[in-house]
Amino acid sequence: MTFYHALQIEDDRCIGCSRCMKICPTEAIRISGGKAAIQEHRCIDCGKCYEVCPAQSISIKDDDFEMFRKYPHSVALLPAVFMGQFPDEVSVSQVYATLYELGFAHVMEVESAALIYKEAKEKYAHEHPDVRPFISSFCPAIVRLIQIKYPSLTENIVPIKAPLDLSAMYALEELQSRGVPREEIGLFYVTPCAAKVSAVKAPVGEEKSVIDGVINMNLLFNRVYKRMKENGKNHQYKPLTRQRLSADAILSTLTNGERRICTAKRSYAIDGIENVMDFLDKLENDEVEGVEFLELRACDQSCAGALLSCDNRFLCGERMYSRARKAAERERNGEMARDREMDKYKDYLIEHSLVDEVQPRSMLVLDEDRVKAFEKMEKIEKMKTHLPQIDCGVCGAPTCEAFATDVVCGKAYMEQCVFYRLHLEAKGKMTLHEGRSNMYSVWGDDRISGEIEV
Amino acid sequence: MHQEYTVVEGDFVNAGKASSSVKKTLKQLNVNPQVVKRVVVALYEAEVNAIAHAYGGKVLVDIDADKIRMVVADKGPGIPDIALAMQEGYSTARPEVRDMGFGAGMGLPNMQKNVDKMNVTSEVGVGTTVEMEVNFQ
Repeated sequence: MTFYHALQIEDDRCIGCSRCMKICPTEAIRISGGKAAIQEHRCIDCGKCYEVCPAQSISIKDDDFEMFRKYPHSVALLPAVFMGQFPDEVSVSQVYATLYELGFAHVMEVESAALIYKEAKEKYAHEHPDVRPFISSFCPAIVRLIQIKYPSLTENIVPIKAPLDLSAMYALEELQSRGVPREEIGLFYVTPCAAKVSAVKAPVGEEKSVIDGVINMNLLFNRVYKRMKENGKNHQYKPLTRQRLSADAILSTLTNGERRICTAKRSYAIDGIENVMDFLDKLENDEVEGVEFLELRACDQSCAGALLSCDNRFLCGERMYSRARKAAERERNGEMARDREMDKYKDYLIEHSLVDEVQPRSMLVLDEDRVKAFEKMEKIEKMKTHLPQIDCGVCGAPTCEAFATDVVCGKAYMEQCVFYRLHLEAKGKMTLHEGRSNMYSVWGDDRISGEIEV
Repeated sequence: MHQEYTVVEGDFVNAGKASSSVKKTLKQLNVNPQVVKRVVVALYEAEVNAIAHAYGGKVLVDIDADKIRMVVADKGPGIPDIALAMQEGYSTARPEVRDMGFGAGMGLPNMQKNVDKMNVTSEVGVGTTVEMEVNFQ
């Protein structure tokens, strides 16, 4: 079985430093032949590796940027955090206008569907009172984390399409109702992170997404910002009126954004993958009582801290708050937010928002056959007593335990452990030459230099 | 496979260490998630009991391919009337323990509910031993 993941390591750039291996929260990375490699069944596309890579060797698989030009009705589906990337003097309408100048026929922020998503989510929760807490499906890295590491909690994930899918469905319906044929419509999601690419390319609980292509947010930011610089200060941007998101929608992608408008009694909003894992460990043990709703996000500061965010997460977050404050002011003055335009499709969207229940696919299972799994586990336990337990990583695995598991599952061999090799060499069971070959097989053959004079 | 853990009196901070470790093992063995949950809930409850009521004790876990056997043995005041202690809502927990959210008198009944076999033996002034078994199938 293969699992899609959007993060890719480019071999010719990777320097095999192993920083990614050490930071990966699901222990999905190993070093072999001097290069890092991702084990796809363990990768949740959280992007910790991307952040820590000193050689920029990790990239996010997106589509060709120019692809949208093939469609007369290209739609740029933006995450609200896109607006948070620009300095204060750049207005939202200037960004919209520039996207039209770049050639997009339509521009829409996916959080336009945030309130419909909220309604669909709460409707599901209401109809399933035995499923508590209900966990938001908003962050795809979290959905995958629960699938592989917390299989007993998959049934708590609300099987509802995320706002980005609902917005895409809305755009499609709206354009088709105006008589535009499907083949002329190109839906392009501008992604702030790797996990959302996977959510589009290999959605959980669905066959296929309606979205036609993905554009990395940092790339689009560069294109837009460059165009603005070329336009110069005195450029007359086409005035636009249809770009008002409600304050609730703008804030929905930030931490507490879903929680603050959720009607559930006791709820928690947790950001940062380590914090989330800490909490889910407790939740799985039934140590947390009476919690009704969980908003869980893989990134610190949620989408303001997304991988492809071009600016500091706090600066980006404050810009979004600033925009939300203005929106709230307008709402108080009776102006209607653009979200409301979507209301005529609300019933249709809610009706079509349900996906299949999220299935567990535990990465921890040693073997489908429990007797075999048990034998493997006994071997691992025994092997662990022979390993140094210092998690040095020289074997090419992040911890001694991960290494023992790899060996028992036939993915590594004992001689990769530098301590074990020294033991064998001391006993005369391995030559220095053989020992060095083993080192090369993990770290490549250019790591050991000549003697050093100090 | 045999695992052992030590439980220290009054150390609520470390409650759940044994159950978390057992949980990980069972996940690796591809045990049904709902069965894992039952084991973990029962063991956690037993750990908290030993921490709250006794002067510490030991958790002994034996896992084989089709079941798990857990023994939580504490040195402590013991339970004078086990049948009474098995009733929901019955609690002898000290007020400071209750203030921490423990001691609602759901411990033993909750453990009973989650396991396939349970046996409690106790001697007043010596200690209590809770033996529990859960089948994986």
